[in-house]
Amino acid sequence: MGSAGLARLQGLFAVYKPPGLKWLHLRDTVEMQLLKGLNARKPPAPKQRIRFLLCPVEGSEKKELTLTATSVPTLTDHPLVCGPAFSSLKIGVGHRLDVQSSGVFVLGVGQGCKLLTDLYDAHLTKDYTVRGLLGKATDNFQEDGRLVEKTTYDHVTREKLERILSVIQGSHQKALVMYSSLDLQSQEAYEMAVRGMIRPMDKSPMLISGIRCLHFSPPEFLLEVQCMHETQQQLRKLVHEIGLELKTSAICSQVRRTRDGLFTLDDALLRTQWDLHSIQAAIQAVAPRVAAELEKNMRPQLGTQPLPSPGWPSGSKDLGSALGLESCVGH
Amino acid sequence: MALSAQQISKWFNSVKLRSFINAAQLTKQFPRPGRTLLNGFSAQPQLSSDNCFLQWGYKTYRSSSLRNSSQSTNSSRQESNSAQSTLLPVVNEQSEITQELPSFDSELSLEDLDDLPPLSPLQQVSEEEAIQIIADPLLPPASFTLRDYVDHSETLQKLVLLGVDLSKIEKHPDTANLLLRLDFEKDIKPILLFLKDLGLEDNQLGGFLTKNYAIFSEDLENLETRVAYLQSKNFSKADIAQMVRKAPFLLSFSVERLDNRLGFFQKELELSVKKTRDLVVRLPRLLTGSLEPVKENMKVFNTRLFKVKDRHLFLAYLGRAQYDPAKPNYISLDKLVSIPDEVFCEEIAKASIQDFEKFLKTL
Repeated sequence: MGSAGLARLQGLFAVYKPPGLKWLHLRDTVEMQLLKGLNARKPPAPKQRIRFLLCPVEGSEKKELTLTATSVPTLTDHPLVCGPAFSSLKIGVGHRLDVQSSGVFVLGVGQGCKLLTDLYDAHLTKDYTVRGLLGKATDNFQEDGRLVEKTTYDHVTREKLERILSVIQGSHQKALVMYSSLDLQSQEAYEMAVRGMIRPMDKSPMLISGIRCLHFSPPEFLLEVQCMHETQQQLRKLVHEIGLELKTSAICSQVRRTRDGLFTLDDALLRTQWDLHSIQAAIQAVAPRVAAELEKNMRPQLGTQPLPSPGWPSGSKDLGSALGLESCVGH
Repeated sequence: MALSAQQISKWFNSVKLRSFINAAQLTKQFPRPGRTLLNGFSAQPQLSSDNCFLQWGYKTYRSSSLRNSSQSTNSSRQESNSAQSTLLPVVNEQSEITQELPSFDSELSLEDLDDLPPLSPLQQVSEEEAIQIIADPLLPPASFTLRDYVDHSETLQKLVLLGVDLSKIEKHPDTANLLLRLDFEKDIKPILLFLKDLGLEDNQLGGFLTKNYAIFSEDLENLETRVAYLQSKNFSKADIAQMVRKAPFLLSFSVERLDNRLGFFQKELELSVKKTRDLVVRLPRLLTGSLEPVKENMKVFNTRLFKVKDRHLFLAYLGRAQYDPAKPNYISLDKLVSIPDEVFCEEIAKASIQDFEKFLKTL
């Protein structure tokens, strides 16, 4: 009974990590909920064993006790004797999110943990929406840090911001090529570079493959960042540096991951859905896509990979896109 | 000095006399004014013309603005003397004073009075005698402020040096009386040493005693029993010191009451023993304060924080976060917290569950 449930609980799934929760606590909560679900199943009927007991024999007039083979239930498998059926589960985590950030957080169960390393080696990009606030600078780039300075921001316009963002994107483009350890003399590499589909397949510092401004209403602004090998604190520092470039100061009020590789917001499970049944369903739902993606990355290649990213729709987008309504994972 | 009872009671009400200290007891503690006072009394330069009237039985009514002027302290002294002498038939001598003499300090004993020649304030005094007159203002036998006694009481002086705020304590006449009567070495010192043993620093004693001045009326054994009880509940010494510092009244609670309070928090909020301990160490006023607000908001405390936060943010996003009972579309705390998600979405937020989930994914 329980093993059937466990058999369907192998693979990868994504949860939505809320802000203010440590990733380790989240992983432990999910483990606890899964164990609760697995142990709630009815235990199998108690096994029997044969014992030779002294019982009165039927039929004979004499009331004497003779050894007869009787089947008695055995208690060795009773849950009160050997404990719950499942006491721990192997649950691994993908790219971590720090306490204040939120968004798509990939977890692996059982055999899925091996897939986590494969996904890590695929070096897929991630999407974030980053919300910034002009006019303040703090020591940890967030609203709760110690205030370092306050500045005016009347001179900041959307054009200036977008100019700076394109400068950032351009400088990171160079770095992308540099870290991809690509032999630029080869023809394939040239074609790849022309199409703009190069990324490093090894360790590298944070690289931004795309950054644009979704929303600008001073003092608030909303950026969409596509990056790899990042940490959330580096993204906050990026907001701070953008503020400095704009000759003002800025703090980061929200870092939210909308896509991690091929897992999007639609795949992410909310806190109310962290139970055995929903997680099993989520694993089944995403399994073919994961298999396809890993298949693509396992193919022998020349060290270059096309960047898996959703298409960048032209024109300015409103907050709707930030809600992750576009979920396609295109090439 | 023949005043009608009605006049006296009216005067009584108009002056805010907070405490009466028995003059007979006072005389044992405070040094009596010397005999030179008697001779100089008739020619006291401090006596104003008002007071002279008093000697001839004329009474003036005073209001509570008495406390602010030194002249008024004299007059209040005079009035309180006379009031006491007419109202409190404690010592037989006093009643005789009122009949025989126009006005004198009630601290004077009978023997002195027989020797006196009839005095007149207009009597001539030589310069040498005038210089020798020691005319300190007399200690009032009754007062509403401890200012009058602080210079004469070693207990009060030491308390002030510790940092105790006497102006707050004098508002409670029973305690003020008690403090005046206690001896520093015998009564107060053991309690101070006990508090220091507990872990309170010297500079914190003043603040503590200002709040919990009633600790002096507690038995040292009771206090020690209570500390032993807390230690038996696995509160460390540092914990107890911190709790006592933050909630000075803690030690005045009996063991039974402390036990009841701890049990209440553990049961109602369904916390583990360790969590209750942490909570009480951080917020010891929960033990000493009123339990009404806790009981009212019990449901809210038992709900997880993130649930309340998510729901509130959703309502704020929709513009439906109305928590003021006077305004329309009011959403009560109870409804916010206790109803299940589906009902909450449909009835209160007037949105679908999918919208709620989409919103949660934008946080």
